[in-house]
Amino acid sequence: MNASNMITFQNITKTYNKHSTALENVSFKINPKEFVSIVGRSGSGKSTIVKLITAEEKPTNGRIIFDSYEVNKLRFSQLPKYRRLIGTIFQDFRLLNGKTVFENIAFALEVEGRPQKEINEFVPQILNLVGLDNKMQSFPYELSGGEKQRVAIARAMINQPEVIVADEPTGNLDPFNTWEIIKLLMKLNEMGSIIILATHNKEIINTLGHRVITLNNGKIIRDEEHGRFILTN
Amino acid sequence: MFVAFSRIIKYGFQNFLRNGWLSTATIAVIFLTLFVLQGLIIFNVVAKTAIASVQNKIDISVYFKSNAAEDAILKLQKSLEGLSEVKKAEYISREKALTEFQARRKNDPIVIAAIQELGENPLLASLNIKAYNPKEYAAISAYLNNESLSSIIEKVSYAQNQVVIERLINIVDAAKRGGIVLTFIIAIIAILVTFNTIRLAIYSNKDAIGIMRLVGASNNFIRGPYIIEGILYGILAGVLSFAIFAPLVAYIAPHVASFIPEINLQNYFAANFLRLLSYQLIFGIALSSISSFVAVHRYLKV
Repeated sequence: MNASNMITFQNITKTYNKHSTALENVSFKINPKEFVSIVGRSGSGKSTIVKLITAEEKPTNGRIIFDSYEVNKLRFSQLPKYRRLIGTIFQDFRLLNGKTVFENIAFALEVEGRPQKEINEFVPQILNLVGLDNKMQSFPYELSGGEKQRVAIARAMINQPEVIVADEPTGNLDPFNTWEIIKLLMKLNEMGSIIILATHNKEIINTLGHRVITLNNGKIIRDEEHGRFILTN
Repeated sequence: MFVAFSRIIKYGFQNFLRNGWLSTATIAVIFLTLFVLQGLIIFNVVAKTAIASVQNKIDISVYFKSNAAEDAILKLQKSLEGLSEVKKAEYISREKALTEFQARRKNDPIVIAAIQELGENPLLASLNIKAYNPKEYAAISAYLNNESLSSIIEKVSYAQNQVVIERLINIVDAAKRGGIVLTFIIAIIAILVTFNTIRLAIYSNKDAIGIMRLVGASNNFIRGPYIIEGILYGILAGVLSFAIFAPLVAYIAPHVASFIPEINLQNYFAANFLRLLSYQLIFGIALSSISSFVAVHRYLKV
């Protein structure tokens, strides 16, 4: 097991202000190629974990280690390079509305300065994989929710990140599209990426049968290898 | 490096074209700003000429006693011209004064007849003095009130015109100060309006900027296209404002000239064509690209 591309949370506490503690003394490790779901009620701290991994937020206390980075100590100027190791998927898709499907995905390669030749080759391949090769020149507003999320997944996976973080990726989707997205995440996991899925969709969790970390009020109340969706203590 | 740069330029143009309406509206505002600033430049040129022309009309005259020797007057003229405050001291002899008077009143037969009746020249010789700065007239007048000159000097016109001269000095001062303040205020307003317009245009891209940060784009890669867009706004607005200003100047030039004959706006515009155009472009580009830079900066903190 390669220790370097594990994700480690050590005694993480995050308070936004003195009245609200989002996470309290949370510790866990995620191993390479793992598929981990994080469940909990709204406000239980799921999104905070996601934001700490993407370094949108810094922990108030504790250390986060990923790859060769001590994430809690990253300087602002180091963030772009660090974030290229992570693919992110959100409930609200977060596509660039002024760019076509092709350009949205190409953007993730362009920020790394990859040559145009590679981009022209890779982007259609990925779009083919998520079943959107016929929508390459469409703009996001011309797509359905499921299609938008597949574009977001394509963007997240294009530079073969070590980890993909998905925050409620199916929250805005119908059951059919939900399963399409989950199947894609499973495929990515098989291809070698760590998947961190924050969700409160019981059906998904119970069907996946992977590791589940359950949060309540900012604390881990359960961390099971083949977990189920149980929110009560 | 070069790849990133060419992508920044490409995206700058692409955003500009895809946000057609936003670009048009932003250019319109920058155009108005540049137009106002161009107007201020022209206004200042006109005002300066007008003020100079008013100043030029202020002078004082020294009238000499009819028995004063011409030598003494010419000596005084020399010494006056030696003063650093004095721009010009023109000698008008009694004969010249009479000829000029008659020429002025040639349509007034009663006056002409009266002078002929008189049989001798009733006018006095004089020195017409112009100072560089109207404020110096008091000092020059004091110099002329010297005891030693009282034997030849009949009177100094400053005493009669003192109030008018002082009032004119005040008006000229106020006009200068007013011009500066007006220019300053209007320029500030124009700049703030442009800055806010660009800020709003970029505010609508707030989410996109955050997304780009999360995908791992560096600040320069995010900011670059917005600055390119800003430069495009500046160039187009500058050219547009100049293209509309040129014929406008040609149109108003004769009207301005009828008020202030000393100025030929069209010649001024033609002679300073390149300078004015580059002011427009430099100012337009600087204003919009700096505004873009500052506006984007706020949203890069993700």
